[in-house]
Amino acid sequence: MVRKTEPQGSGPGIVDSWHGGGGGENPPEPGAGGGALPVHTKQIGLWALLVTISMLFAGFTSAYLVRRAAGGWTPIPLPPVLWLNTFILLVSSATMEGARRALRSWSLGALKRWLSVTMVLGVVFLGGQVLAWQDLARRGIFLPTNPHSSFFYLLTAVHGLHLLGGLIALGVVLVRAWQERYTPYHPAVGLCATYWHFVDLLWVYLFILLFVV
Amino acid sequence: MHHGHEGNHEAPQSFLRRYIFSLDHKVIGIQYYLTALFMMLVAGLLAMLIRIQLAWPQAAQPWLHKILPGLYDPNGIMRPEYYPMLFTMHGTLMVFFVMSTAPVSGFGNFLIPLQIGARDMAFPFLNMMSYWTFFVGCLVMLASFFVAGGAAAAGWTAYPPLSALREAIPGSQWGQTLWIVGMVFFIASFTMGGLNFVTTILNLRTRGMSMFRLPLTIWAMFCVAVLGLLSFPALTAGAIMLLFDRHFGTSFFVPSGIVIADKLTSHQGGSPLLWQHLFWFLGHPEVYILMLPAMGFASDIISVFARKPIFSYRAMVYAILAISTLSFLVWGHHMFVSGMSPYLGMAFAIFTLLIAVPSAVKVFNWLATLWRAKIHFTTPMLFALGIVSLFISGGLSGIWLGQAPIDIQVHDTYFVVAHFHLIMAGAALFGVFAATYYWFPKMFGRMMNETLGKLHFWLTFVTYYLTFFPMHFLGLRGMMRRIYDPTQYDLFKPLQPINELISISAFVLGAAQLIFVFNFVWSIFRGKKADRNPWRANTLEWTTESPAPHGNWRGPLPVVYRGPYEYSVPGAVEDYIPQHVAPAEVKTVGTR
Repeated sequence: MVRKTEPQGSGPGIVDSWHGGGGGENPPEPGAGGGALPVHTKQIGLWALLVTISMLFAGFTSAYLVRRAAGGWTPIPLPPVLWLNTFILLVSSATMEGARRALRSWSLGALKRWLSVTMVLGVVFLGGQVLAWQDLARRGIFLPTNPHSSFFYLLTAVHGLHLLGGLIALGVVLVRAWQERYTPYHPAVGLCATYWHFVDLLWVYLFILLFVV
Repeated sequence: MHHGHEGNHEAPQSFLRRYIFSLDHKVIGIQYYLTALFMMLVAGLLAMLIRIQLAWPQAAQPWLHKILPGLYDPNGIMRPEYYPMLFTMHGTLMVFFVMSTAPVSGFGNFLIPLQIGARDMAFPFLNMMSYWTFFVGCLVMLASFFVAGGAAAAGWTAYPPLSALREAIPGSQWGQTLWIVGMVFFIASFTMGGLNFVTTILNLRTRGMSMFRLPLTIWAMFCVAVLGLLSFPALTAGAIMLLFDRHFGTSFFVPSGIVIADKLTSHQGGSPLLWQHLFWFLGHPEVYILMLPAMGFASDIISVFARKPIFSYRAMVYAILAISTLSFLVWGHHMFVSGMSPYLGMAFAIFTLLIAVPSAVKVFNWLATLWRAKIHFTTPMLFALGIVSLFISGGLSGIWLGQAPIDIQVHDTYFVVAHFHLIMAGAALFGVFAATYYWFPKMFGRMMNETLGKLHFWLTFVTYYLTFFPMHFLGLRGMMRRIYDPTQYDLFKPLQPINELISISAFVLGAAQLIFVFNFVWSIFRGKKADRNPWRANTLEWTTESPAPHGNWRGPLPVVYRGPYEYSVPGAVEDYIPQHVAPAEVKTVGTR
């Protein structure tokens, strides 16, 4: 295994003065009261994105609750494959965490393995969601059938798109991990992991909203 | 290629990378600004057609049939089914594609790195993507005029069922679908911009630039970005569901039992009010997305040309924060006639009136800044004072409309049209002009012509009031805001002279903007060359060349030692102390 020794990208201590890294050329002096926060710029951007995605699903949630109260609501049966999908996605969060720790300890081999497993689990989850759709379709439950089925297809689709975005990011990280471009403090894997846990939690939330409460 | 100065990256050389697919925040800001001005031209022309119709509803305009045969019948009378398209697209384009874009995406992108002492935005590639996503949104909106049935016609608020049923009106066909798609592109673009704004302002400030040394323009941009990130998703959710109702047969918003052309629709039990809640959860913060930048510009410009510190900087910051927070709690005041519980309506009314408190704080602080100042009446200052004037005039009617009993009386009349054109549209428009005249030297390295600028201001200011103030009287007499021909009611016939006055004034207002366009283009090539700091202002953008180079400062970034408003400091030789001047370097009268 080849370990790169020269610093790559921008992490704490390795500051890209142009775009990344808080404060850049003028790091804040203690007590100067200005400059950057002690958080990586990309992390702030990601957390802001997660807040705005949360607001999107808050919007859907309020619509769901209002529409459910408005009448004509026939609950749809829970496609059993969703239990399996949920389990797979939870496991993928654990493997993603494995990848993050592997990078911390700079074992690039383990990083590649954990990232690949996560990627496969993510794809399997999306496949499983399609199976759930087919299951409902076989029972004659389609998008316009009733408000609950409309929300089920809508929310799983929007969640699936967000997970697909995570898969694309994961794919980029995986390729770069394969090229051994990462050092322990490179933020990309951590950012990817944060997003992945978020879409995982989001799915658990949607599962509860759609079938439990 | 040669290496530039220290800390200054290479500027891209090819025309395409430099001006079209640029990553430089200044180029992207100007791209946004110019695109928004073009959309303003389109939306403004739509307003002119509305005004021709309302002043002379029965008069034949054969010349318009020749130009717009789809809109006018061969006798030169406007086809009534297309009139809603005009006000729908005028509102949509103006609110989102002009007044959210030019001040926020345009000046925000241009100013944030320059005023906080950064070389660029945090995510330049995302910034470029944001502009081109917006550009596609513009193309989709413009294309919607040319599809069968014309552009969307369900109002800028796109209330279902009108917007959800494709057979309902001509504009409900492909026009409404393209409206939704265009809005999704716009929201995606605004979200990318918002992420960039928040991150850049939090994390790329130069040394010494603490949050409480930020110019108020930057505070406004920060709050606008947060408002956008938190409120636009509600509209995204609504827009997706509306699209599903239109094309995939769902019933989120469409109730049962709607009959169109003797055919019962298949929708069951949807809730049109649900859309209104989702729309206005965005819609009200959106109003402040338009207004806050103008308030920021006004604060910066008034302080410079009054040569005085802005009165109570901290109170100004807290007022912006209070307005932003309250703006999430008042959306129901747009829905007083929806049959909501009077108790809920009361809560919305109280929060609405509460917004008057931080708003009044801002107004009184502006007035206190002007109090006993030696005011320099430059063009940007005149427009900044115009913002204050319009904010007061429009704000007072806001206190009326915020109360359910009065709102129920004048809801959907021209009183409301008068209110929001004065406060929201007017303040935002004057904000764009104030900012343009003020920052033009930093954008293009030349000054705009002052004589033409003042002529533009006075014509715009007078005709703006003449156009929109009389609408209060129309509204109080009951004239409906979306009416095609008011003279069909005897009740409104006596109001026709007011409508004619408004229209003539609107034409002058529109024509006066040609002075601005001429001044703008002429000044880019022939204007007086600007030095670094033509207004003798304190903020950081004035410490670099005009126009600022790629990377914003040749050499190291400036370091900040003080707040942005130290004008006429007692004992100092100069009447301004820029933010980057160290305490030891300040020339005082004693050490002269």
